[in-house]
Amino acid sequence: MMWTRKDVLGLADLSVDEIQTILDTAESFKEINRREIKKVPTLRGKTVVNLFYEPSTRTRTSFEIAAKRLSADTVNFTPSSSSVGKGETLLDTVRNIEAMHPAVIVVRHPNAGTPHLLSRRVGISVVNAGDGAHEHPSQALLDMLMIREAKGRIEGLTISIVGDISHSRVARSNILGLKKMGANVRICGPATMIPPAIDRLGVEVFHDMDAAIHDADVIMMLRIQLERQTGALFPSNREYARFYGLNEARLERAKPDAIIMHPGPMNRGVEISSDVADSTRSKILDQVSNGVAVRMAILYLLAGRKAGDEDADREVEGH
Amino acid sequence: MRTLIAKSRVIDPASGLDEPRDILIEDGRILDLVRPGEKVADVAERIDAKGCIATPGFVDLHVHLREPGYEQKETIATGCMAAVSGGFTSVCSMANTNPVNDHSSVTALILAKAKEADLARVYPMAAVTKGLAGESLTEMGELYEHGVIGFTDDGRCVMNAAVMRNALVYANSFGVPVSVHAIDEHLAGDAPMNSGFHSMRLGLRGVPAAAEDTMVARDVVLSALTGARLHIQHISTKGAIEIVRMAKARGVPVTCEAAPHHFMLIDEDVGEYDTNFKMAPPLRGVDDREAVREALADGTIDAIATDHAPHEKLVKDCEFEKAANGIIGLETAFSLTWELVEAGVISEMRAIELLTVAPCKAFNLPHGTLTKGALADITIFDPKATYTFTTDRIYSLSKNSPFIGRAMKADVKRTLVGGRTVFARD
Repeated sequence: MMWTRKDVLGLADLSVDEIQTILDTAESFKEINRREIKKVPTLRGKTVVNLFYEPSTRTRTSFEIAAKRLSADTVNFTPSSSSVGKGETLLDTVRNIEAMHPAVIVVRHPNAGTPHLLSRRVGISVVNAGDGAHEHPSQALLDMLMIREAKGRIEGLTISIVGDISHSRVARSNILGLKKMGANVRICGPATMIPPAIDRLGVEVFHDMDAAIHDADVIMMLRIQLERQTGALFPSNREYARFYGLNEARLERAKPDAIIMHPGPMNRGVEISSDVADSTRSKILDQVSNGVAVRMAILYLLAGRKAGDEDADREVEGH
Repeated sequence: MRTLIAKSRVIDPASGLDEPRDILIEDGRILDLVRPGEKVADVAERIDAKGCIATPGFVDLHVHLREPGYEQKETIATGCMAAVSGGFTSVCSMANTNPVNDHSSVTALILAKAKEADLARVYPMAAVTKGLAGESLTEMGELYEHGVIGFTDDGRCVMNAAVMRNALVYANSFGVPVSVHAIDEHLAGDAPMNSGFHSMRLGLRGVPAAAEDTMVARDVVLSALTGARLHIQHISTKGAIEIVRMAKARGVPVTCEAAPHHFMLIDEDVGEYDTNFKMAPPLRGVDDREAVREALADGTIDAIATDHAPHEKLVKDCEFEKAANGIIGLETAFSLTWELVEAGVISEMRAIELLTVAPCKAFNLPHGTLTKGALADITIFDPKATYTFTTDRIYSLSKNSPFIGRAMKADVKRTLVGGRTVFARD
C-alpha cells in the first residue's frame, strides 16, 4: 500500500493495512540490524528530534539507534532541563524545533494527547513515543511484530495482558492494535487497576489471573509502577506478586507453547518471577531487538519515502 | 421620561402572564402593561418589538468576572457587556478573584467597578472561607452589609464538614444561602474529565459522578440538620439530581442550578482533547445529560446559570490536562435554553422562569418580574431568529467557547436595565 499518513499517533488511528505495512517494513529492516555494518543511507541528510518530556532511556535509545541506522542525524531534546524551566510553553518549544526543519519529531510526554495537539499544529511528522496513560504505538507495534514472528499470525490468538491496565499506555495501544488484527484479548489486574468501560473495546475482563491465562497463547505482563502504591491501588508488592505475579506454577495454565512478553523495565519478583523472565519462553529481549526494527520502519515510512519515490523503496529492497 | 416597548408578546412567569402587551416604562420602573393599540400619552422613546418576546431581564447566579486580578481574562466592564448582549441584566460574581473576595474592601471594589461600567447589575458573592482555603469563615456579616448576596468557595469545595456546617448556619442567620461547588476533592483528584469510556479511551484520569453525588448528599444532610439554606451549583450528575429531588420532597431548603453545557454536551464531545470542552464539573454521560434536562422540566433544578468562566488563549491552547477549566457562557445561554424549548423538553414559560424569577427567589434578588412597579430590567428576543455563533459576537475578553460555529436559535435583540437600553442588536 501507499503510505500517506503524516504522523503515527496511536493504534486507534491506524488501519489494518497500515499496521501490516509497518510490520512488513520492520521485517525487512531486521536483516540490517544483524549485519556487521548496520547502516543504510535512506534518511541521509534528514534530522530526527527526540523530544522527551519524561525520562525514558530505553525508548529514546531505541528511536535514536533506529534513526542512526537509517543515516538520519538525531538530536535529543530534554526540555525538563532547559526551556521549560524558563517557562516556555510546549507549543513554543515545538515551534522552535520546527523552525530548525527536522523531518520527524518523536515525542514522549506525561500528558495524554500531547502528540495529537502537536500533529495539528506542526507540518513535520510527529511520532508518539508515549503520551500519559493514553498510547504507546511503537511499543504495541513491536509487540505485534514479536507475536507474529513467534506464532506466525495474530488473528485468532488468545492474548492475556496482566497488570495495571488503567495507567498503561502499552496496554491501551496493544488492545486497540491486537483487536484490529483479530486476536482475542483478555485483560487482568486488580479491580482498582481496570479502567471504566474498557469492555467496550471488546476485551474480556478478569480479576483472577489463573482464569485469565488459561489456554493463552501470549501472556503480556505489565510493569507495576511501584510509586503507585501511595495511591492505595494495591496493598503491597507481596500481595500483588501472590495474586497477579507470573511464576512457573501459574504458567502451567497457559498453552505449553505460550510466550511471555514484558515491555520493561521489569520488577523481578513482583509482576514476574526471575525464572520465568529468564526462561526460553520469555521474548523480552527479542522485543527490544524488534523495537529498533519497528522504529526504523516508522521513521522510514514517514520520512524516507514520498509519494512515487521509487528510489527509496529500491534502496530498502536492495539490501 | 416615558419609554414604550410596543407590539411585543410578554412572558412573565412570576405573574403567569403570556399575552401581547405594550410595556410602559417611567423612571426606570414599569408603569403599566397595556393592551396593544391602547393609546399611551407622553411617550418619549418608542421601541418596536414586533415579532419579539419581552421577558424580565435574565439573572445569572454564576459568573466569573475575573476582576480584580485576572483582567487579561475578563474585566467587570467586558463581563457586564457580555452579560447584556446575552440578555442578562443581573449577574452574581464569584469570589475566586485575586485577591479573593473574602474581605469587604474587595466587595466594594467590585461594586464600584460595576457601577462605573453601568451595564448589568452585579451582585457579588463572597468566599465562604478566607482565601478559599476551607478553614476559617470570612466576615460574613460585614460582607453581607457591603452587599454580597451569598457565599461560595466556588472552584473549591469546603471539604471539612464541620466548617461547612458552621458556614451554613452562620450565613443563614443573615438569610443568605451558601452556594456550593460540590465535589469530593479526594475522589476527583485533579482529573481533567468525566470518568467513563471516553476518559479510558483518551488515557485521561476521570472524575467519577460519585465525587459530586457524595458531596451533594453530605451538604443536603447538613442543610437538613441545620435548616440552613443551601444552593448547589452547576449540578451535573443523575445521582446528585436524585438526591436533590428527595431532599426537596422532604422539605430541605435546597436549591440548585444547571449550566447550559451540561444540558447540551457530553463527555464524548471532548473528541481528541479539545480544551474548549474542559470544565468543572466535567461534561458527563448521556444519562446525566438527560437527567439534567428532566430536572429542568420537573422543577428539581431551580435555575439555569452559565458558570461563565473566561480564560485567555494561553491557558486553553495547551495540553488537555494542563488546560484551565471552564468556558464562557453569557452569550450562548439563552439560545441554548431555547433549543430545549424547540426540542419540547421545557415550555417557553418554564424556560423564562429558569432564567428569571426562579434564580431571584433562590437568592432573594429584587428582580425577575414585569409587574407594575417592578424595576424595568427587560430582555427582548426574537424567537424565530437564527444565527451562527461566531467570535464576532463575543463581547467577553476571552473566546473559550465550545459552541463557536454552532447554528443557534432565537436571538436577544435588546436588553434594558432600569428602563435604559444597554444593548441593542441591529
